[in-house]
Amino acid sequence: MATDTHRAIEAVWRIEAPRLIAGLTRLVRDVGVAEELAQDALVAALEQWPADGVPDNPGAWLMTTAKRRAIDQIRRTETYRRKVAEVGRDLAESTPDIGTLVAEDDGIGDDLLRLVFIACHPVLSTEARAALTLRLLGGLTTDEIARAFLVPEPTVAQRIVRAKKTLATAKVPFEVPQGAELAARLASVLEVIYLIFNEGYSATAGDDWMRPALCEDALRLGRILARLTPREPEVHGLVALMEFQASRAAARTGPDGEPILLADQNRARWDRLLIGRGLAALAKARDGGAPGPYALQAAIAACHARARRFEDTDWVRIAGLYEQLAAAAPSPVVELNRAVALSMAYGPAAGLALLDQLAAFPALRNYHLLPSTRGDLLAKLGRHAEARSELRRAAALTRNERERTLLLDRVAALEGRPEC
Amino acid sequence: MRFMVITKATAASESGVMPATEDFETMGKFIEELVGAGVLLAAEGVAPSGTGARIYFDGEKKTVVDGPFTETKELIAGFYLVEMKSMEECVEWFKRCPITTAPGEPTNIEIRKLYSGEDFGEEFTAEQREAVARREEKADPAYRSA
Repeated sequence: MATDTHRAIEAVWRIEAPRLIAGLTRLVRDVGVAEELAQDALVAALEQWPADGVPDNPGAWLMTTAKRRAIDQIRRTETYRRKVAEVGRDLAESTPDIGTLVAEDDGIGDDLLRLVFIACHPVLSTEARAALTLRLLGGLTTDEIARAFLVPEPTVAQRIVRAKKTLATAKVPFEVPQGAELAARLASVLEVIYLIFNEGYSATAGDDWMRPALCEDALRLGRILARLTPREPEVHGLVALMEFQASRAAARTGPDGEPILLADQNRARWDRLLIGRGLAALAKARDGGAPGPYALQAAIAACHARARRFEDTDWVRIAGLYEQLAAAAPSPVVELNRAVALSMAYGPAAGLALLDQLAAFPALRNYHLLPSTRGDLLAKLGRHAEARSELRRAAALTRNERERTLLLDRVAALEGRPEC
Repeated sequence: MRFMVITKATAASESGVMPATEDFETMGKFIEELVGAGVLLAAEGVAPSGTGARIYFDGEKKTVVDGPFTETKELIAGFYLVEMKSMEECVEWFKRCPITTAPGEPTNIEIRKLYSGEDFGEEFTAEQREAVARREEKADPAYRSA
């Protein structure tokens, strides 16, 4: 019976932790102290609820308990008066009556958003941002984060402690950045959420359920952010992109965990509910004006999602979207994808022309997908000898054994084919 | 994992009485919270069974019976589709669902875990999945317009 209550408390914690920590951070202006107070309240719940039952409004109970402790703590310190002055009337006035402390429902969204910006602050390393975001906003335990990122638990614990210290030392304000700074800071938030998503997405075949579950965590965080910042098109763009990618999760690996390429995926296994949500999020992103990199990637993903069969794919549209993406966020990998889209839309010669310009990019010099794509297009053009040499080069560059075998098989298949 | 959360009919919902404005507001606030937490995938209200129909199957025999149906407490008044970490989380969320009942007319909310495609096993073939996807696609205008 006690176990049932413990599971219920765990569930309440998942629901309440972000709001609790956000509200407390506003009060004490230190995310580390806020989290400790929240944890203390959780311990109190674990002590009392098994005997008294889960209260009707568990969130308010936790908040009241945590705030009471915050006040006690502040009183104990010599800096009480100074702190009260800093924190302002909010705390000082409500000290006598704990009941009124919890009645403040408004502003929770603002607090949450401020917490997002603190957790993803640029003074922190990317790893620290991801760990702190999952911990403070995703309600994940240190152990869960460690399993998700395949690192030892003490490493994650230390990372989080250090991150909180860095934030305190740097006196990072608990606020939503304004104006031009907002865009830059928001980009850092989106990057962290997408990083979390990809960590889960690249591991869908893993035997630890924590890793694929990260996709759900990232999607949840993205949807929360979309709700908090409804006017930011790139937030909707990222959510759309994640919804589309998640919709393919079941189709992208075979029975033995081997990856299945987009062209060969059984589209009946794509999740139509998530595709529908992705299309809706994309529509919201479009309402916001010129699409940014996430919205453009989502628009490309939408083209695939709408094609019932691979042959139905609208490659002309995809090639156009890649051109916009290359302008908005130039990268050799985007150019490579654009070349593939061009070849699908306008024939292998069009793609090859772009690929020939890409050879100059140092970033692509040892990237096996460049020669393998070139090999593909050359083979389609009937230039078999050149194709074989490119595919051999790709086979030498890839680190994946299965891929190397595939490439060498294709070289063998092209052996002795006449040149056109 | 996904859950379907089913709210049950009451005498009022079955007679087509619409919720009062303040009930819409309380319910709306709850739904806002679910959306804000990123866990709600879909939510719909269901019209009274008087506007519905049932098809009874018995061997080869099929009988169509128009509503209303009598067993009010077993009828569906609405459903939510949510994505949660656990059954416990879902229970904790929906304990907060603002359901108002008249005295002496208790009701309940039913929470059911959804199967994912993999749970169906070999009997649910690729061809069947394909057919399902095609149907859903036709039914969803978003696929044509977006």
